[in-house]
Amino acid sequence: MSDQQMAFYIDLAACSGCKACQIACKDKNDLDVGNMWRRVVEYVGGDWTRSGDAWVSTVYAYSVTVSCLHCQDAPCAEACPSAAIVKRDDGVVLIEEDRCIGCRYCEWACPYGALQFDDATGKMTKCDFCADYLADGKEPACVASCPMRAMDYGPLDELRDRYGDLAAVAPLPDPSISRPAVVFGPHPDSRALGSTSGRIGNLEEV
Amino acid sequence: MSDSGFGADTITRTVLGRRSFMKWSAAAGGAAALAGGGLGFGLQWADRAAAQSDATVIPTGCAHNCGGRCAIRAWVEDGRVTRIETDQRPDSFEDPQLRACMRGRTNRERLYHPDRLKYPMKRVGDRGSGEFERISWDEALDTVAAEMTRIMDEYGPESMYNNYATGGGSTMRGSVNATRLMNLFGGRLNFYNNYSWAAAQWATPYSLGTDLSGSSRDDWVNSKLILAWGFNPAEMIFGTNTQYYLKEAQKAGARIIVIDPRMTMTASAIADEWIPIRPGTDNALMDAMAYVMINEDLHDQEFLDTYTIGFDEEHMPDGIPSGNSYRSYVMGDGEDGTAKTPEWAESITMIPRDRIIRLAREFAMTKPAALIQGTGMNRRAYGEQPVRGGINLAAMTGNIGINGGWASGMGLCERGVSVGGFPAGENPVEAAIPVYLWTEAVLRGTEMGPEDGLVGVDRLPSNIKFIYNCGGNCLVNQHGDINKTTEILKDTSLCEFIVVHEHFMNASAKFADILLPAAMDLEQDDLATTWAWGESLISFSKAVEPLYEARTDYDICADLAERLGIGEEFTEGKTQEEWVREAVEVTEEAYDDFPGYDAWREEGIYVPTFDEPFVAFKDFRDDPDEHPLDTPSGKIEIFSEDIWELDREGLPAVAQYVPEWEGGPWDPLFEEYPLSCMGSHYQRRSHSTFDESPWLDEAMPQRLFMNPVDAEARGIEDGDMVRVFNDRGEVRIAVRVTPRLVPGLVDLPQGGWWQPNGDGVDVGGSVNTLTSLKPTPGAFGNAQHTVLVEVAKA
Repeated sequence: MSDQQMAFYIDLAACSGCKACQIACKDKNDLDVGNMWRRVVEYVGGDWTRSGDAWVSTVYAYSVTVSCLHCQDAPCAEACPSAAIVKRDDGVVLIEEDRCIGCRYCEWACPYGALQFDDATGKMTKCDFCADYLADGKEPACVASCPMRAMDYGPLDELRDRYGDLAAVAPLPDPSISRPAVVFGPHPDSRALGSTSGRIGNLEEV
Repeated sequence: MSDSGFGADTITRTVLGRRSFMKWSAAAGGAAALAGGGLGFGLQWADRAAAQSDATVIPTGCAHNCGGRCAIRAWVEDGRVTRIETDQRPDSFEDPQLRACMRGRTNRERLYHPDRLKYPMKRVGDRGSGEFERISWDEALDTVAAEMTRIMDEYGPESMYNNYATGGGSTMRGSVNATRLMNLFGGRLNFYNNYSWAAAQWATPYSLGTDLSGSSRDDWVNSKLILAWGFNPAEMIFGTNTQYYLKEAQKAGARIIVIDPRMTMTASAIADEWIPIRPGTDNALMDAMAYVMINEDLHDQEFLDTYTIGFDEEHMPDGIPSGNSYRSYVMGDGEDGTAKTPEWAESITMIPRDRIIRLAREFAMTKPAALIQGTGMNRRAYGEQPVRGGINLAAMTGNIGINGGWASGMGLCERGVSVGGFPAGENPVEAAIPVYLWTEAVLRGTEMGPEDGLVGVDRLPSNIKFIYNCGGNCLVNQHGDINKTTEILKDTSLCEFIVVHEHFMNASAKFADILLPAAMDLEQDDLATTWAWGESLISFSKAVEPLYEARTDYDICADLAERLGIGEEFTEGKTQEEWVREAVEVTEEAYDDFPGYDAWREEGIYVPTFDEPFVAFKDFRDDPDEHPLDTPSGKIEIFSEDIWELDREGLPAVAQYVPEWEGGPWDPLFEEYPLSCMGSHYQRRSHSTFDESPWLDEAMPQRLFMNPVDAEARGIEDGDMVRVFNDRGEVRIAVRVTPRLVPGLVDLPQGGWWQPNGDGVDVGGSVNTLTSLKPTPGAFGNAQHTVLVEVAKA
């Protein structure tokens, strides 16, 4: 196991919002409806104005796929009263289910809504970075699924060298809260952190 | 309002009280037990790492009719599929992985879905009531064989019809089995056309002599500009990896402009720019672009003089009155006397005139450039026109037959992997109807003639009396005007017997007299080529035995053949796997590097290597005298004398803008129904397949998409339940208010399952509750995107 913080890279300019990653994750992890370790947010803005017989559009849209971002300062782990959430040497944040008491404090602590309660077991669940695949030298299921090849993973420092250090766009939360292990490639229309020029267009889906 | 962790504008610090979980195993009941257990929870990451080592990985595929055909690797443990992976080969531009999309990744959920049809059933209520009773396979097949025999004897082979069915996209798919069975049994009424490309496949050869007008996709990196005109591979796929090739072209320097009424995923994730257009007015934009090019002398006159006829009056066939060239039409020197100026087009297309001018200049002056058309436009009232109109622009800019160019039109490619098929046998019946008119042939087949597109005979001796619907949903859900269609089908004195093979109780299944449970891809040996470009050969190995009493289409038809006395002719003594082996013999002979049947089955994928991109019409471009096109003149026919001679309304000999019925304000219906309604290809389904999936319903629920301008005018807010209606029917559905489509258009993605409530209102969201059966003038193709509706808060 690497002792470098593992991270995701998402090329927002290529993410179409197709959700292959979301479903690949659900299939691998047997997630029923209601539990999505990876979700895809559509951010949409702009409007239409009439100009003579024409309509002029300033509409823009982009998609952001989000899972647990295995934060460097994982607030979920800090919030857990039973020390069930551990951060491994490679930065991957895992839930030890037998220690989880289902109090859901972590759920409130996570800025990304990454931790999700499983009614059936009474435990919290979340993305484990496909730790089993990592151990086998395989790509995480989401990364390997992307039809647009918009995802990558690896040590955070290496991803930053390759892709820059953008850690958030609208509508994501401020990365200073938890220092997420993620690098985004910008979309030509992506709006800066905190922008309210657009809105989440697919709220019911996330 | 959110309970999802995402606030309206930014992510908040909480997630849940999320939606209640679907109690999968409880819902599945006995089915789950039969299937060996449903999906389950509760493993820790460490347990999972241990669990995977026991899995056997079976290479297979996902072959529904989305426009893909992708590689699937099914993990099987204790006779149960436990995971779906996709292509695991190295990924490169030269040989990209055939990655399954979200639909393909739900194949396990689909396999173990509690609603699967589990045993044969016979209808016990009125046809279409959905009331069935379980019967044995023997009773089911005896009944079907007896009815086939009775109807064949009574009405003859022209009364027997094998309905268009593309739920499966593999070689051994249901429809081919039914075709072979019926052909061997004495024949059936043929159909021509399909529900996808009727007008495009009809129109393209009039201009280019073939519908194989596409180059290979690895050539797109040579383009400097790509106009993706109604072309949306990110959602409807149009060949596994097509969206990836388009993105690679952009990375290589191509500017990509999407022209579409919707800001599609292609527009938002691949394109540099989106030009929204009023649906059904593409030719007005094309004509105005041509006007700008001619007016500013930006067109390639030398190419037009050498390779085309019909552009100007100097290059027209003999005997055609002057004023009928494309140039005359565009410049206002034709019959209508109207110059097709950007101002003229602005009022029709809703695109600002300045934007039209810039687009025309950019397309004319950027070399090479590719105008790649999608086929949604061809499923409209005058669907033949944009197909040939795109070719006009490709010709005017000299982009045909060169690297980085594109001839436009249908755009299929002649390069693909060589492989055999499952032979359908010879049909002794000559008569053929256009597929979209099959309901007419049920209702009044004997009255149909050439005016309805009937070919092969002058008149039909019989109406359709027997329908085999084998793995398709065009019997009801995907055909036009469902209320009229079901009225015809409910009358058992018209079509006397209907047999359906299905996986689920969809709308077509409900109209069966005998309903047979079919096996899925994961339950049989098969093969498929990747769709459209067909460059890869995917092997399907059986991952698990068919669940419940489901059987393969092949086995079902083989047993029917036995009862009909043609058992040996049907099977030729072969198993399904032996037919697969035989189909691949062609591949073995064609390629030196084919690894052999067994190795291919183990690997799962074979892709022949090509030294360079294939460029359509390159030989014609290099030497038009030596390699003429397969058109009457041997040239690109901007003016088609053949179409001129057809002399049909709405079918001009040079492609041009024809105002649609149910198009815009010019139609009297517009006053009552002022919104255009299209049924886009939603990624959540492959046509109507996958509508049953809870995972996909969660990911992309069926909604009516509506522009805020139109919603506000009707007091409609995001999430409201609305009524969508016209004279043909009414749909009740929740609305998604989004600016991602032009004002005046609503989008009810096609394929939602028709579910009439007690008042006949469709609460499942099938756009075909609203569509028309009126065909296009050239191909007699479906015009299912040309629809006017009104929307009101429910």
